[in-house]
Amino acid sequence: MSVRRLAEASVQPASFAFNKAMTAQAKTWIKKYPKGREQSAVIPLLMLAQEQDGWVTKAAIEHVADMLDMPYIRALEVATFYTQFQLKPVGTRAHVQVCGTTPCMLRGSEELMDVCRSKIHHDQFHTNEAGTLSWEEVECLGACVNAPMVMIFKDTYEDLTPERLAEIIDQFDAGKGDKVKTGPQTGRVFAAPLTGFTSLKEEKGVLKTTRDKEAKAASKAAKAAVVEAVVPPSNAAKPKTDAIETSPAVNTPSKVKAAPAAEKAASVAAPKAAAVAKPSLEDKNRPAGIAKPAAVDDLKLISGVGPKIEGTLHELGIFTFGQVASWKKAEREWVDGYLNFKGRIERDDWVKQAKALAKGGVAEYIRVFGKKPV
Amino acid sequence: MLEDKDRIFTNIYGRFDQSLAGAMSRGAWDGTAGIIEKGREWIINEMKASGLRGRGGAGFPTGLKWSFMPKSNPDGRPSYLVVNADESEPGTCKDRDILRHDPHTLVEGCLLAGFAMGAVAAYIYVRGEFIREREALQRAIDEAYDAKLIGKNNKNGYDFEIYVHHGAGAYICGEETALLESLEGKKGQPRLKPPFPANVGLYGCPTTVNNVESIAVAPTILRRGAAWFSGIGRPNNVGTKLFMLVGHVNTPCTVEEAMGITFRELVEKHGGGIRGGWDNLLAVIPGGASCPVVKAEDIIDCPMDFDGLRERKSSFGTAAVIVMDKSTDIVKAIARLSYFFKHESCGQCTPCREGTGWMWRVMERLVRGEAHKREIDMLLDVTKQVEGHTICALGDAAAWPIQGLIRNFRPEIERRIDEFSRNSHRAEPVLVAAE
Repeated sequence: MSVRRLAEASVQPASFAFNKAMTAQAKTWIKKYPKGREQSAVIPLLMLAQEQDGWVTKAAIEHVADMLDMPYIRALEVATFYTQFQLKPVGTRAHVQVCGTTPCMLRGSEELMDVCRSKIHHDQFHTNEAGTLSWEEVECLGACVNAPMVMIFKDTYEDLTPERLAEIIDQFDAGKGDKVKTGPQTGRVFAAPLTGFTSLKEEKGVLKTTRDKEAKAASKAAKAAVVEAVVPPSNAAKPKTDAIETSPAVNTPSKVKAAPAAEKAASVAAPKAAAVAKPSLEDKNRPAGIAKPAAVDDLKLISGVGPKIEGTLHELGIFTFGQVASWKKAEREWVDGYLNFKGRIERDDWVKQAKALAKGGVAEYIRVFGKKPV
Repeated sequence: MLEDKDRIFTNIYGRFDQSLAGAMSRGAWDGTAGIIEKGREWIINEMKASGLRGRGGAGFPTGLKWSFMPKSNPDGRPSYLVVNADESEPGTCKDRDILRHDPHTLVEGCLLAGFAMGAVAAYIYVRGEFIREREALQRAIDEAYDAKLIGKNNKNGYDFEIYVHHGAGAYICGEETALLESLEGKKGQPRLKPPFPANVGLYGCPTTVNNVESIAVAPTILRRGAAWFSGIGRPNNVGTKLFMLVGHVNTPCTVEEAMGITFRELVEKHGGGIRGGWDNLLAVIPGGASCPVVKAEDIIDCPMDFDGLRERKSSFGTAAVIVMDKSTDIVKAIARLSYFFKHESCGQCTPCREGTGWMWRVMERLVRGEAHKREIDMLLDVTKQVEGHTICALGDAAAWPIQGLIRNFRPEIERRIDEFSRNSHRAEPVLVAAE
């Protein structure tokens, strides 16, 4: 935290009012926020006041608080919390903010502060004798690839050397601050490497037209590749058959026409899908069915049983959870095969589900499985 | 190496036409209405599939964050998108170049993200020092309003407002709830979570706070497809990223590269090598000030992404790579970061308010060696007491650099203490020469 207090009463002006241009700007700021939330504009308005007067006076803080209909203490809190607000008068021609955080320190911001000490004042926040210049060390200003840098009012001056900073300060002191080139002072382009571009060398490469053209060419090539794949070279992917035509030993197809039966016998038949035999209803492993009882359980509560499967189970004489819960392994396998379920009964653990449902219905199911049955 | 055609930020150096027309010629606002037609679900699923992790430092999956927003607002509260452009992490300056040179990526991203989360408006919170950047962004937004790309009854078919707000120099406002407090016109002191901003955020309404880069890459991802983006980099660390090379490289710069590029390749290709050659490399802070420092031999062939740096006991942060050569006073460099955190603590939680100042004062003594060796362990112990005992992560951020320093450079600290105590009989107030 940094302790920040308002300037002494002796330097505080008696009143504050926004000039015409600033009033208009203040209005556009206030309009950005929903009705009743005008307080949001306090930082922008205080900043406008600082722009107008050079620093934030007590009168300005109170004026802004009145405009936004907020208690003075809330506006004072904001003004003293945010370090960008100058609570004391600063140099009229330049207030040099030197970034001193590690990235700038590594590139020599301490020498820049020595320049400020010798040219402006030994201590920060003090103006020089004429009252035109002042300086302060600030925390990271967010131009780290252009370190070391300073900020004077709205503009940054980057990639500085102590000599160049001294020149800049002199120019500001002479009232020619607006003539100083802003941004990097070494002739590099903003955040690009000093020695030349390593990326984005020319705009053509990133233009939409170029990208579209490349995308079109790529899709064309992809299509062409697909077309080629349809007509493979004669030797590629040769089927493994015993037909005489495909023997590498013969150069030309045989003149002797093979009999259709012989050709059929020579070629390899595709393996037929092995028909899965449905388990017989007379199998000994078929679970015992019962006649339809008066109270039929809702088997659909078991995960994996839908209306269709339920119908099938009813046909087998399975009507209650208790029956399902009592199935032995062989019986489960038989039902699984009969329903063509490929092991789902085991995977979904019907027995455990049915046991829970038989014991305490849905409530017990939720207790065991931690979720509602579907 | 990433080619220009796969770069998302096509005008990061500001050399090409920055106007709306220029941005459109490079592909911005291309088929935005078509993306919106595909619906909220599609956008969020595509963002999830792209594997984009938030670019603000924590690396939280962006698509997942968007999906936390309520699907409807039965109580009449509107939803907001807040873009965190309060870029203050020392070493980081990527959003600055997006704002001033490629702002249309952000403006279009705001519309698409706002649509995906059902927001009525976006507030872009730009840090107070970025004055010219804010002006450039405002120009881009005005252009978009004039071209009827955003606003009421726009061409893209989703009414959406975008407002620019600014701060006034408080690092803590980069923390999402502190940012919301600041945006409401209060001191930037973080809020306790829960409730999370997705339920109670700006003005008590559902809000999502995203980093500038996370939002600005979204339109290109949605246009080119999640598969394109997730095909760059390593699994779980995909896509492209703006890297900043800061400190003792020959040519510091900001550059967009593929995630997972090794440190060596990054520095050789774009940074012009280490000042004084690779043998002169001392240590690297790989992701902005709050990440622990990594020694040279550990980082040289490390892939620069979330998992690669976590294996080095550091973190990827914002990809602000602060390089330090052997001329660096490493203890002083970290002590300066401690001062930074002391300066930027908001003062709300005692461990951080008192701890950051305490840690800084001890660090200052360690720079001179004016300490006992047992104080190194005491300092380490205090960092552990600050870490995790504060509302926001600033306490952690202040603790990590010191922990990294002690882990990697303890012999250097002890050497200074030895040297100081050897000469202690001669210790006198040093006279500073007058000029």
